[in-house]
Amino acid sequence: MRTGMPVLAILIAVASLRAASPDTILLRGATVHPVSGPDISDGSVLMRDGKIAEVGARIAPPKGARVIELKGLHIYPGMIDSATEIGLTEIEAVREMSDISDIGLFKPQLRAATAVNPASEHIPVTRSNGITAVITSPGGGIIAGQSVLMHLNGWTMEDMAVRAPVAMRLEFPQIRTPGRFGGAGGGGTPGRESAYAAAKKRYEQQISELNDFMESARRYRQAKAAAGPDFATDLKLEAMIPVLDGKIPMLIRAEKEKTIKEAIAFADKQKLHMILERGTESWKVAAELKAHNIPVVLPPTLRLPEEEDEPYDKPFSIPGELSKAGVKFAFASFGPGSEDNPRNLPYEASAAVGFGLPYDEALKAVTLYAAQIWGVGDELGSIEKGKWADLIVTDGDPLETRTQIKQMFIKGASVDLDNKHHRLYEKYLAR
Amino acid sequence: MNRFTVFLPALLAATPLVAGEATVIRNATVITVTKGTFQGSILIRDGKIVEAGEKVLIPDGARVIDAGGQFVMPGIIDCHSHIAADSINEGAVAVSSMVGIEDVINPDDIDIYRALAGGVTTANVLHGSANPIGGKCQVMKMRWGKDAEGLKFEGAMPGIKFALGENVKRSGSAGNGFGASPGLRYPASRMGVEDVIREALTQARAYQKEWRDYQAKLDRHEQAIPPRRDLKLDPLVEVLEGKRYVHAHCYRADEILMLLRVADEFGFKIRTLQHGLEAYKVAKEIAAEGVGVSTFSDWWAYKAEAFDAIPYNAAILVRKGVLVSLNSDSAELMRHLNTEAAKAMKYGGLNETEAISLVTINPAKQLGIEGRVGSIEPGKDADLAIFDKHPLSNYAKVEKVFIDGELYFDREKDLEERPGKELRKKALIDKEKAQEKKDRRRPGQTEDKKSEAPGGVQ
Repeated sequence: MRTGMPVLAILIAVASLRAASPDTILLRGATVHPVSGPDISDGSVLMRDGKIAEVGARIAPPKGARVIELKGLHIYPGMIDSATEIGLTEIEAVREMSDISDIGLFKPQLRAATAVNPASEHIPVTRSNGITAVITSPGGGIIAGQSVLMHLNGWTMEDMAVRAPVAMRLEFPQIRTPGRFGGAGGGGTPGRESAYAAAKKRYEQQISELNDFMESARRYRQAKAAAGPDFATDLKLEAMIPVLDGKIPMLIRAEKEKTIKEAIAFADKQKLHMILERGTESWKVAAELKAHNIPVVLPPTLRLPEEEDEPYDKPFSIPGELSKAGVKFAFASFGPGSEDNPRNLPYEASAAVGFGLPYDEALKAVTLYAAQIWGVGDELGSIEKGKWADLIVTDGDPLETRTQIKQMFIKGASVDLDNKHHRLYEKYLAR
Repeated sequence: MNRFTVFLPALLAATPLVAGEATVIRNATVITVTKGTFQGSILIRDGKIVEAGEKVLIPDGARVIDAGGQFVMPGIIDCHSHIAADSINEGAVAVSSMVGIEDVINPDDIDIYRALAGGVTTANVLHGSANPIGGKCQVMKMRWGKDAEGLKFEGAMPGIKFALGENVKRSGSAGNGFGASPGLRYPASRMGVEDVIREALTQARAYQKEWRDYQAKLDRHEQAIPPRRDLKLDPLVEVLEGKRYVHAHCYRADEILMLLRVADEFGFKIRTLQHGLEAYKVAKEIAAEGVGVSTFSDWWAYKAEAFDAIPYNAAILVRKGVLVSLNSDSAELMRHLNTEAAKAMKYGGLNETEAISLVTINPAKQLGIEGRVGSIEPGKDADLAIFDKHPLSNYAKVEKVFIDGELYFDREKDLEERPGKELRKKALIDKEKAQEKKDRRRPGQTEDKKSEAPGGVQ
């Protein structure tokens, strides 16, 4: 079974050839927003074999190409949501309908790509608002498992996967005291100190287990390289090799300043390629993140401040602060207090614009920056020759609620924007 | 650290204007909701809107607020909130009409200020959804800095929470997460939910008759002993007599119809269906009953009964003639109900006025306070929110909020005060740290102090 991942990788490679659209499509007459460069008014995009073949002001339609006139409309790259549970959870409250987490603390062998349901109702609902690719991650424990980056279209994971795995996800241990009001107003409550002591002990133990696990993985890699006759495959440790080799990043969830700093030190020591997830207090360590070149997957902008006495608009202003500090980040819909409504991803970006984030940066943080952070900056995230043709056609700015998504292309193929919600709408409006 | 935060809110309290002094907001785009949108001014005096129009004479000595390039809309009204309350659910019993939010108002909840900063001026604060008949609701104005009484929306119709479906049934299974109720609590099915409501209303009817008989005897100058007062049934009698609004948490179309039938049977009207995520399926029946719906813009799939929820709910209901509002049920969502309203344009094609109505005049009507708030009209309370951009834009932010003509939120002032607050906070933390150091040098002191003042201020 040690060949598990390469097999999947081969399947994906084969599938992408097979799934490539035979169509050559020319979109023209629209304002093209490549994101990576200046807007092109009255521009054209030529798609061939699932990829963007050409972008420019005037492109002559090749013989046999389908031409779509888009006068008055806009073309943007499809948006990328950098934290979701799409495909793993259908109905959050129904145990049987969620595959987000499993038992145990160290589960690097678990693959989100395995359990994503390509027929999930969340996929068409999400993409209908312009999101063409998402990261879906497992959760729970310490090392939660492998995240997948996937296009939101396809019959099977083989059709959908852009990178499987795209990252290993680690929920960095932290001191968690019990009780919602454990921190606030509980200063003198009897038992709080012992609860804190127990939580601290647990955290220290988890840190030590994490370090031990990393050490085991290193030794395993060494033993495997030596390839002695007695070498026995261990699926957990095997799964860590691409992480140790720096082939996939470690997506590390850390929220508070202290935890983020510990995570940075950990990644440094372990020589990991780190992506910080959530980082509700990332603004406190912006300089360090910048110095270590660590990108951030943000928590939802539309959330409450962490502390009662934080400025009311703190969550709205953090993206702007990080941008100023030169930290690279991507927006995401999943996180604390989120409605788990990934179709609202663009509004996490626009919510930061009124509070200091330049518009262009907001748009990039749901497109190009996301692609770059996930190591696919040359495949997704902008309208450039050679990239996957994941495009949306809109009647305006996709970060504004009132804008309608008119058409979508994923891997160069036209995608049906209908979904369960719209079907129910038509059915009951007609009643 | 959080212990100090209680001092900070007081510093942000409203800036009162001198009584009788006039204020004019001018050069703004005025979104009245009921009387169109225009470039013009609003004259405020004694907490009321005196005039709103393209040309408004500025009285001598009036305070003038130039809102050039900005947008004024009526203060947002949230028809479903749980902020500013110390507790939400009394889930140990299936009928908890004897309890009410009015007794647990927490005027220091920072979420009041945060809601203000999102343009909200009025909220219907409800009991939770743990039981078929829940506790009494409280309509509040976000008068940050006032005490519990000062938050109450004086004269608003009283309300009570009903709840149907999964949350209610959950208490019929072990480990329900609602309060301290040990073991199982009836009901555990939608059949049981209907039964509990009918049973309670049947009791209320009998109780109402006892009082009527008593009153009749008194009217006939006969001797009579008053019935024993029942604090649980009193509010239900008010419901039967149309003196207390029912705001009913519900999801599925079938349970919505159940409740409408029960209300018909007992001769009263449900005021609003709260959430009503499947209301669009029975819009006709709801419209025929004249019942309002207060829903989410686009939440779905978080539980089984929310799996058929659609973001077109509000638009379908509006088109079928139902009075609809969009609510938050969340201290976070409450901060951007203006863009929640924009979603009803995206999903179902409402126009701007219809969309803004969902968070202003419509919830005002649902709460029976439309004579006071919900639109910019002469004679109404001067509850206004000023945005820097059109409030339906995701880039808009709130600059100023007035309640009763008083400035309760001012972004400029908030920004100005931040450095000072940071300094005061730091000073308090330093003081605490110094004290801790002192205490450490004299071991035992702290414990002694604690035992002297059990449960001291924290």
